[in-house]
Amino acid sequence: MNNEPNKHPWQKILDNPWLLLVLGVIIPVLSYTVWGWIELVLIKPALLP
Amino acid sequence: MSHSSSHNLAAPGTPGRVCGTTGLGICLDAQKFIKLNAVVGIVFLLLGGIAALLLALTRWQTVHLLPADWFYRILTFHGINMLILWILFFEVAILYFACTTPLNARLFSKKVAWVSFALMLTGGVMVDYIIIAGKADVMMTSYLPLLAHPLFYLGIILVAVGTLVGVFNYFATLYVAKRDQSYTGSVPIVTFGATAAAIIAVVTLLHGAVVMIPTFTYSMGWTPQPDPAWYRLIWWGLGHQSQQVNVCAMVSVWYLLSHIVVGARPINEAVCRTAFVLYILFINLASAHHLLVDPGVGATWKIWNTSYAMYLAVLASMIHGFTVPAGIEIGMRERGYTNGIFGWVVALPWRNPAFSATVLSLLIFGFLGGITGVTLGTQQINIIAHNTLRIPGHFHVTVVGGTTLAFMGLAYYVIPLIFQRDFICRGVARVQPWLFGFGITMLAFGMSFAGSMGVSRRSWDIEAQGVYGPAAHLWLGVLGIGGVLAFFGLLIFALLCVGTLFFGAKIKDRAMTDWGTPPALAGSKAGSLAHDHYATKGTMVLTLVFLACFAVYYFANWKALADVWPVR
Amino acid sequence: MSLKPLTSPWFHAPAGYEKIWLGCAILWCFVMSLMMPYWHFRGKQNSTGEAYTVIPADFLARTEKFVAANRVGTFKGTTANPFMGELPLVEPPAGGDAYLIGRMWQWYPALRLRMGETYRLHLSALDLQHGFSLQPLNMNFHVLPGYDHVLTITPTSKGEFTIVCNEFCGAGHHAMSGKIFVE
Repeated sequence: MNNEPNKHPWQKILDNPWLLLVLGVIIPVLSYTVWGWIELVLIKPALLP
Repeated sequence: MSHSSSHNLAAPGTPGRVCGTTGLGICLDAQKFIKLNAVVGIVFLLLGGIAALLLALTRWQTVHLLPADWFYRILTFHGINMLILWILFFEVAILYFACTTPLNARLFSKKVAWVSFALMLTGGVMVDYIIIAGKADVMMTSYLPLLAHPLFYLGIILVAVGTLVGVFNYFATLYVAKRDQSYTGSVPIVTFGATAAAIIAVVTLLHGAVVMIPTFTYSMGWTPQPDPAWYRLIWWGLGHQSQQVNVCAMVSVWYLLSHIVVGARPINEAVCRTAFVLYILFINLASAHHLLVDPGVGATWKIWNTSYAMYLAVLASMIHGFTVPAGIEIGMRERGYTNGIFGWVVALPWRNPAFSATVLSLLIFGFLGGITGVTLGTQQINIIAHNTLRIPGHFHVTVVGGTTLAFMGLAYYVIPLIFQRDFICRGVARVQPWLFGFGITMLAFGMSFAGSMGVSRRSWDIEAQGVYGPAAHLWLGVLGIGGVLAFFGLLIFALLCVGTLFFGAKIKDRAMTDWGTPPALAGSKAGSLAHDHYATKGTMVLTLVFLACFAVYYFANWKALADVWPVR
Repeated sequence: MSLKPLTSPWFHAPAGYEKIWLGCAILWCFVMSLMMPYWHFRGKQNSTGEAYTVIPADFLARTEKFVAANRVGTFKGTTANPFMGELPLVEPPAGGDAYLIGRMWQWYPALRLRMGETYRLHLSALDLQHGFSLQPLNMNFHVLPGYDHVLTITPTSKGEFTIVCNEFCGAGHHAMSGKIFVE
């Protein structure tokens, strides 16, 4: 049965929708949104000599 | 008011019934909301489809049906109704199924489901009304500084919030089912895929709220204009990530339908689920491919994100591209269809519309959608593709030829099993997926080739530029004819569904009328190939052919890129 | 099984054809992962997104200064397009900066460039988002108001090139046009 103590660690992750929810929100938000937002905030003004 | 202490469908007093075809339990609350959301979804599909016909007959410049202002208006309408309304309503219906029947569980809350439905429907009607009233000619993307009437943004916010409420109901049902031990063991793959879709939906809808609320308050004159570059970044967190919800839902439907029709099962549950986890973690990064030729976001951000973190999410799609056909092949071989490498393919129930829709969806999404998507989404190749018709050429084979066609296939079982009505005009139904799939493929070819010649998307008239020749017009004609065929495929589907709901033979105390499943031959043994890891010869050949096509298309595009001016 | 909970052990490693496919797919993804960085360093066509913030009125003023200093003639449109009646024809210094505005509904000014020379082409919009789409080469970049999008670009072919707009910008969008001549 799957509730035996020798459940593979990866299976424990697969069976845990709450952990997947947290990771599934954090990882894209950091990698795409937050990083992209930082890139935009750091843009310098044009010199236009 | 209190919930019953057990959300187990088998608990006394729980409103449920046993399906006469599958023997599975159905929560009557979930059933009600599956019906509501599916029907409303199909209504929006039909509206979006009528818009599609008008657009196809306009871009086909020989016909040039709509005047310019109505073209841009209907284009906005089409995008919203197809990419947001049709698909989110149908997906909410799928979620209600996936958290109840497979887990023998009861829907968490009827009240929450009503709130979700009311918000989504109000928002949908609001946004459709304001577009047709001519106050929101901004395209689905509504890029600032283009400004629409506040009701446009408010409508989208209501749809997003409503969907989030539905997703909450899904997770709550999962939680209570586990807590009350409505089921034991791990959830089945269909539920796992639906959970992946729901997780991605959370990310999507959060981005929707973050971008739409300040834009709404700006449109009301209460706050300053959000920055256009910031708007694009966050909007595509809503816009593309909603499509990733579609991918997960579509793949779940592939597993579901292939199981129902030919008894397919995942050949390795761990591999399939890991593929869904790769989607959960990384597929949303690819929203970056809308910003590849944008100012402001740098090359490193572009390259890392558009590669789905080194193509891990593409790996996931390639995994499903093997495991879904492999499951079908195993199911067929175990039934005795063991002739040669492809004997099982010939014996498949091609006349079963749910099955043909599934296979067509898989082939169109994989060969056409996936290959073009990954290629167009490389930072540098995007230079020769951004905002050309190649882009709609890509997403019509993924969202329409892939997801929508799979959902149509699902309807051929949902209506008999959930609405308990046998389909009318069954002969016509058998042809419908082929007509729709062919039409969409033709439309997409027209778009892709015209786009390769530099024809823009979202443009009413290419003659105004004076730079496009007869070849471009030829491909726009192909687009037009494909669009007409696809429209008829869609219209037939909508009429069949509506007609069946009113006139279909009621199913009571019997199984639904079978669409066609391959009979088990003499010598068949269920489960006999469970330990034969080299049984799926046909699938292996298919996937290697796919890989070869991928490599050819991919490198051909790099070559085409190398021919344009150096730029940095 | 796809619809019923799994109650017997199901977790095991991939094997057989599935394992072979996994290997092929991983290898292909690895190859693709190398392509973009490779092209970034060794390829000639890239979109690095070099950009600076700018106030549209300032960008317009800088462009007019560029036009005044480098004007070599006038482009007269030959089609019925009402927005392309006449544009100043401007040639930036070899290796220098060129300024191009996207506005409803033209690209201003017309440019004359020399083949083989590298220019820093500054793109910005005055009003809405626009799509810089150079035909028939089919090179496409996004242009935003409030941002100076700089393309370091080297024409390697001669002729008359038309800039189409491929981001929706209102009623005249499909007619929005511009010109680059390379000699």
